[in-house]
Amino acid sequence: MTPADRETAPSSPPGLEGDTALWVAGVSKTFRAGHRRVPALQNVSFRVRQGTVTGLIGPDGAGKTTLMRLAAGLMAPDSGTITILGKDATAQSMAVQSSIGYMPQRFGLYEDLTVQENLDLYADLQGVPEPARPARYRDLIHMAGLAPFTARLAGQLSGGMKQKLGLACALVRQPPLLLLDEPTVGVDPLSRRELWSIVYRLVREQGTGVLLSTAYLDEAERCDEVVLLHDGQFLEQGAPAALREPMRGRTYAVTAADVPTRSLQAVLAQAPGVLDALVQGDHIRLVMENDAPPDLGALLPGVKGAELAAVAPRFEDGFVALLKRRAGGETARRPVTAAAPRPAEPGRPVIEVNDLQRRFGSFYAVKGVTFAVSRGEVFGLLGANGAGKSTTFRMLCGLLPASGGNLRVAGVDLRYAAAAARARIGYMSQKFSLYANLSVAENLRFFSGAYGLSGTRGAGRMDWALEEFALAPMAESVSGDLSLGHKQQLALACALMHEPDILFLDEPTSGVDPLARRKFWSRINGLAETGVTVMVTTHFMEEAEYCDRLAIMAAGEILTMGTPAEVKGKARSSALPEPTMEDAFVGLIQTHARQGAAA
Amino acid sequence: MWKRIFALMIKEFLALLKDKPSRFVLIGPPLIQLMVFGYAATFDLKHASYAVLNEDPGFVSRDLAAAFRGSPSFTQVAQLTHEGEIAPLIDRKAALMVVRIGPRFSADLLSGHPAPVQIIVDGRNSNTALLTVNYARAIVDRFNRDWAAAHGGNRFPAHVETRAWFNPNLESRWFFVPGIVGLLTLVVTMLVTALSVAREREQGTFDQLLVTPLRPAEILIGKALPGFLIGVAEATLIVLVAVFWFDVPLLGSLLTLYTGILLFLVSAVGVGLMISSLAVTQQQGLLGAFFFLVPAIILSGFATPIANMPPLVQDITLLNPMRYFLAVLRGVFLEGTPFRLLIHQFWPMAVIGVVALAIAGWLFRHRMY
Repeated sequence: MTPADRETAPSSPPGLEGDTALWVAGVSKTFRAGHRRVPALQNVSFRVRQGTVTGLIGPDGAGKTTLMRLAAGLMAPDSGTITILGKDATAQSMAVQSSIGYMPQRFGLYEDLTVQENLDLYADLQGVPEPARPARYRDLIHMAGLAPFTARLAGQLSGGMKQKLGLACALVRQPPLLLLDEPTVGVDPLSRRELWSIVYRLVREQGTGVLLSTAYLDEAERCDEVVLLHDGQFLEQGAPAALREPMRGRTYAVTAADVPTRSLQAVLAQAPGVLDALVQGDHIRLVMENDAPPDLGALLPGVKGAELAAVAPRFEDGFVALLKRRAGGETARRPVTAAAPRPAEPGRPVIEVNDLQRRFGSFYAVKGVTFAVSRGEVFGLLGANGAGKSTTFRMLCGLLPASGGNLRVAGVDLRYAAAAARARIGYMSQKFSLYANLSVAENLRFFSGAYGLSGTRGAGRMDWALEEFALAPMAESVSGDLSLGHKQQLALACALMHEPDILFLDEPTSGVDPLARRKFWSRINGLAETGVTVMVTTHFMEEAEYCDRLAIMAAGEILTMGTPAEVKGKARSSALPEPTMEDAFVGLIQTHARQGAAA
Repeated sequence: MWKRIFALMIKEFLALLKDKPSRFVLIGPPLIQLMVFGYAATFDLKHASYAVLNEDPGFVSRDLAAAFRGSPSFTQVAQLTHEGEIAPLIDRKAALMVVRIGPRFSADLLSGHPAPVQIIVDGRNSNTALLTVNYARAIVDRFNRDWAAAHGGNRFPAHVETRAWFNPNLESRWFFVPGIVGLLTLVVTMLVTALSVAREREQGTFDQLLVTPLRPAEILIGKALPGFLIGVAEATLIVLVAVFWFDVPLLGSLLTLYTGILLFLVSAVGVGLMISSLAVTQQQGLLGAFFFLVPAIILSGFATPIANMPPLVQDITLLNPMRYFLAVLRGVFLEGTPFRLLIHQFWPMAVIGVVALAIAGWLFRHRMY
């Protein structure tokens, strides 16, 4: 609770303060899963003011969706009250629901209805008077950029357009308060920017109060205020700058010409006084624990030619600092894998893809994709949901036959190669696919058995996995009950049981908190240094920075490919001297769309 | 190779048995169904309700009425006095049958003329009606013989003396319970296997499995064996209950019986896995299983003989593994049929099983979604 809240919360009667749209006071909610009690929210309090956008920020499992559902009156809290526009969300849920706009994570669009029919349906459901509709529709369709598509079936829209249509449907009856549950997840950056501009137009023109949840930390900076949730606990409420500014003067970019960035990162992350060290393309982003200027000689003993430049702080720095403070010294321990480098194979690249195609009916999910990945490289495929990343992945792993072109993984096409060839790859899928009702140890044992490990080697790898991933304390827990971060660790452990040469990671970090993501990437970096080839898909722009090279995909095609610095460099202009990965992505999509329109 | 299959088998068993609901599904419903079906599924008519309209004042008609009253198959619920009472009684299902004895019954018999007795039956359930008529006819026949014996020698020189072989008392439980062995084994095996691949596809673990060095054939074996073993255990349990609880005779050899059970399980597991590999979600898998189960049971001869079906449908039943298994079960239980006479029931099950398993294995890698 912020000090301001502490002063006003007990004394102000709900709703009397003029500009409070949503008031959450001491709300707790616990779910039951079998015999266990899972606390989803613990004593959370905050308020959302009219005419502002409040971001609800936290990783998956932080309690964002629970809070949204409570606010929409769909569930009752165990304790505490939620007041919306002066009404109690539990006692007067009908009245509350008729005055808010709520867009759940998967908005209930009817995929077999057209865009227009979906709008009509929601207008009917929400009792929008007939005469008011044409003007309202015009506004919404124009705002969402859906004018050319009103007759198209909602199921045939792209992910970004679906989200915009969902938002339009939630806005059919101009609600004074809007609850948006992760509206931008998996949506391409251009559509994300458009969604944000719609939200801000509403706030500006109609003074709507907006509560928006997101797991993207870069979006937090776009909010007027943020509420940070972690493990169901309220961490902080305030302007994004309030969290970011204390970090000013502590953030630097470090470059060293002679040392590979990954080794540099590994050293810096362990150095004293360092809060956070991240690979950012060709340099390391360094966050110090305090304001004292860092001494490169102490941080990087024996490294010559290292340079240090101050950079602006980001919201994420503040969040990470906050999380690390909470976690105490526990996260300081970083496991160091002392695996011997694998013998190099001379010659051809490890993964070769040439003019790869995949057609479903008349629809090209992947079209003319060509790239090559060499040994020990971390190669990223960046794109929105539906861009063709996972389809490409499934073809590489031999799970889906290609419709055209050819591909080679370690010299063979895995779809037709002998089963033994598959023993060289490790695969971790989007959903951290584990056997949910087996225990951690049983999952590990199964995968080591499936890879034919047994006897001392099998037992050795089991011990390694439990130790290396700190899973030993929960070895007998049912894996379905683990936190998302632990599930991710277990999934990676299962994929690494047989020490593969090539690692396929399909959106390996989606939804996990920033600390778990850092831990994950430092492990991947360690593997790459021993010569493991890593191929990874992601829709987090910043993760692209961790890759040696990346390809940006949209609508089944590769738009551009290169090192992070090269890709970003393509978006550099006088207006944008320091473009981010997202700027580069948006620029590419716009250019691509223009070329498509011109052709 | 066997190490990998073993790892997969262990995992399948753990996944199945660690889950409380699915553990219950394996043991609870089959036993309950066995008890319910064992007692409920019967063709025997016991205590069927009937009424008598006796318009005859004579003593002979009272003897006939007494013959009905003395039968364990019938229970008299009313004594009617005039014709108008018959229709309402049948309409509201108060009586299944009305025996009407005409006013001249005693007089005709005593004067040596044939005397008609009218039996009115509720025909809404044709099977029960037929049984009722047969039982009534048997009572009247016996009455005729007794009457003839008492009044002037045997006037019916030929009469039928029935001996039912294999089931001397024509207990329909003897007919049903061996069938239930097949029915429940099929249901449990289908439920176990139809979900096994579909569940993994739904949760995304099947992809994970396919990128391991496990070959489709190994996955097939690893997935089939647990269903197979559970099926054997289930069948054994039901056979034990059939023999020791329901006292159904098991005349044939256990070797013949288990050959049938094993071959039937190969085909049931094959079909279950085939359905499961076609399905993308568990719901589809379950629907597919029921889509197969219902016709498999109806077209198996479980309740109605295959010989009574139209020729085209009889041909379709040739694809039904349950059909062959029922022939084996009834043969081994009631007739003690030796192994060699059942060869023609054994090989079709093996063929169906092998074909279905091959399709399932092929679908593992080729079913796109």
